[in-house]
Amino acid sequence: MTQHAHQDLTDAALEDLIVCPACDALYRVPDVPIGGRGRCGRCGHSLAAPRKNAMARIVMLASTSLVLMTAAIFFPFIELSAGGMTRRSSVLDAALTFSQGITVPLALAVAAFIVVLPMIRLAAIVYALAPMSFGWHAAPYAKRAFRLAETLKPWAMAEIFVIGVAVALVKVAGLATVGLGTAFWALVLLVLVNILNDTFMCKLTLWRTLEHRSRS
Amino acid sequence: MAHARTSQPVLTARAAGLLGCRVCGRANPGDAHHCARCGGALSGPSGLQGVLAWLFAGLVVYIPANTYPMLRTSLLGHTTESTILGGAIDLAHHGSWGVAAIVFVASILIPVAKFAVIGYLALAVHRGWPLQGRTRFHLYEAVEFIGRWSMIDVFVVAILAALVRFNLAASIAPGIAAISFALSVVFTMLAALSFDPRLIWRAADKDTA
Repeated sequence: MTQHAHQDLTDAALEDLIVCPACDALYRVPDVPIGGRGRCGRCGHSLAAPRKNAMARIVMLASTSLVLMTAAIFFPFIELSAGGMTRRSSVLDAALTFSQGITVPLALAVAAFIVVLPMIRLAAIVYALAPMSFGWHAAPYAKRAFRLAETLKPWAMAEIFVIGVAVALVKVAGLATVGLGTAFWALVLLVLVNILNDTFMCKLTLWRTLEHRSRS
Repeated sequence: MAHARTSQPVLTARAAGLLGCRVCGRANPGDAHHCARCGGALSGPSGLQGVLAWLFAGLVVYIPANTYPMLRTSLLGHTTESTILGGAIDLAHHGSWGVAAIVFVASILIPVAKFAVIGYLALAVHRGWPLQGRTRFHLYEAVEFIGRWSMIDVFVVAILAALVRFNLAASIAPGIAAISFALSVVFTMLAALSFDPRLIWRAADKDTA
């Protein structure tokens, strides 16, 4: 990428520039072929990674995640049987465990991390990108929705919950017979779909597209 | 891209009198307050006060998280309480070395390493200690990526309590440490998020200049 130095830049000229979000290096918008990846020469942060049909794929993967998430919430994810009694627990049960006494804030936080925030994030992505994947103009507030999705990224912890289930399984294995329920596999799928989604997500490229489509 | 990994001076948005948006990468005029592309608030790197405040808050709540019980297990009328470290040791005693290692890494190693790394980065930026920007930046990326995984233990407690709650023979209740530990993870995540990586590079620029 070539560097660009001008003191007086018009708005149009500014649009042809890209600033590395991690290290502040200034570049001209690179001409990266589809499937390629342009990285910042200084810090290695990915600046451009256009993918074929990226928009449509992201929307489809995010919708898939939403469906899986719904399944994961209501089906039991773990079964425990001891002394002839079987107990099934859903994600919702786990989140609401702390709903007595001083642990109420914790209940809210756990529910937020594993259910509410991931759902809001996925819905925001679908809302912001779906109209554009059909070739329409961006929806109103699409930018705000996409910004929200970016902000929520570190706080959506469904994949961490999956590892938590595995650890919990080992811990109670001595007390009772445990088995994995439908929801656990839905969650595992969800994690895989999310990883796939992140490989298609080139933040900076998506933002540029979002800007062009909103304006016209 | 051709000059990757060389230390030749790089033109930054700041040096060109521009403000880069950290959300979408757009270059904005130096006096702009909101990004023209994504509408996000723009700012030059803010200081380290926010980072240090969150880090300190995280450290403070990490102490009760370790000294108070995380889990209260009642088995046939006999109640045992276990702390974070105790839980990991119990697992190791039962022979589940792999899971004990996961718990130990997620709830003890990662948080402690995170305190150390964020503290070190803040200090290094503040004092302008000489070190390659790239090394520091990798440290920062690692901390930002791995911080959330500490939540595992909180989720384990939630799952266990949900499972064993209504069984009369055995019941598991979360202890006060579960709250402090969750808070500690959240605070250190906020510390990492409020650390502006551009500061690392600004300090590195001074090194090479």
